[in-house]
Amino acid sequence: MPLMVEKISEGTVIDHIKAGAGMKVLAILSDAYPLSKMAALIMNAHSRKFGRKDIVKIEGVFLDEKIANRISLVAPSATINMIRNSKVSGKRQVKMPDTLTGILKCPNPMCITNLERAETSFLRVNDRHLRCRHCERLFSPEELA
Amino acid sequence: MHDLVSIRDLGKKDVEAVLSEAARMEKMPPKKSGELLRGKLVSTMFFEPSTRTNMSFQAAAKRLGAKLMTFYPSVSSTAKGETLGDTIRMIDGYVDAIVLRHPYEGAARYAADLAEHPVINAGDGGNQHPTQTLLDLYTIKKLKGKISGLRVSLMGDLKHARTMRSLLYGLGMFGADVNLVSPSALRMDEEVIRETKGMFGINVSQTSDINLKGVDVLYVCRIQKERFQDKYEGEKMQKEFRVDLEALRGAPEDLAILHPLPKVEEIPPEVDSDPRAKYFEQAKNGVPVRMAVLYLASKG
Repeated sequence: MPLMVEKISEGTVIDHIKAGAGMKVLAILSDAYPLSKMAALIMNAHSRKFGRKDIVKIEGVFLDEKIANRISLVAPSATINMIRNSKVSGKRQVKMPDTLTGILKCPNPMCITNLERAETSFLRVNDRHLRCRHCERLFSPEELA
Repeated sequence: MHDLVSIRDLGKKDVEAVLSEAARMEKMPPKKSGELLRGKLVSTMFFEPSTRTNMSFQAAAKRLGAKLMTFYPSVSSTAKGETLGDTIRMIDGYVDAIVLRHPYEGAARYAADLAEHPVINAGDGGNQHPTQTLLDLYTIKKLKGKISGLRVSLMGDLKHARTMRSLLYGLGMFGADVNLVSPSALRMDEEVIRETKGMFGINVSQTSDINLKGVDVLYVCRIQKERFQDKYEGEKMQKEFRVDLEALRGAPEDLAILHPLPKVEEIPPEVDSDPRAKYFEQAKNGVPVRMAVLYLASKG
């Protein structure tokens, strides 16, 4: 018997998350939005494209650009579906931007952004690495997310 | 050039402009160079100990005719907890250029974002030391007449030395062939090598054996023994990666041995009188190179 998860009427469904990364997406959402929102994580769902995938649903929340950018670090293949009146009103694939400003903390404890109130900025070098604009160290998307 | 924060901010033309200006400064009579920044104020802000960088920046500013305002963190409001940001904003209002050394990585970038006047990075923790890279390139070009196609060996603790990472980038920019010589535990970050090769298409090889045959430039840095939990292991590596007269036997006569200094055990004193030892000349080149940087930054 298939697993049933309640449909949402207003909110966001994040689909095509690589299996195993759904928890990380949920962690980003719970960090950004009040915990009172209804959310569901479906793990290892069947996917024609990936074999297995994770899906996250969150009621009453529409993701802003900064959060979508953070999600792109842990789930680069994810698609974001906006649901209004129980219908998909918009769909887009996340894309790691060339620059991520003001949303991530630098993992390097000796980076000046961890001493002073300097706004962090990370420049995308390739799909595997981003460089801190200040300390110039390279980090993987997962380390930053 | 307004600020000098990182060698990564400079293109080949920018670096060539600094090297050419440094050559001009070196030949310029003091009376003439002393007019170039007359009436300007330069502040040196060193939050960490320094001998060569501090002294050569002071010498450079004075030789350009600028007046110096030295900032002493231990007797300033920094000791009361004032932030770097506030300190920079304030001093920026007093002077025409700031030379900054700070233990935190990215401090110079942050300061340059805040200050209206030029900020010159004199070392930001383990990150960048761009004037060192420029003076290294200047020394190599001066000694060998070119950088492109030279066979350069970088030897020592390539994992931790900021000098070596930046120099690899600079050598890549000019198309040198680079051989990285280090204990396997102290190799340079693979991603740094991959990036430099990808950007400039140069040959970079790695080895743990010292072989100076056919090498044009040997650039040595210290094995940072304090980073080893096992002191014996650190001592052992230092002994293996030591450039003494025995190691230099059979090395090319026109080899240039460079070192950012201070040197400790990696090059014993008896090598200092070998004509191939060029590290004191390299340190001396810090003055014209820093004169060039201060002058070009003041022009904007």
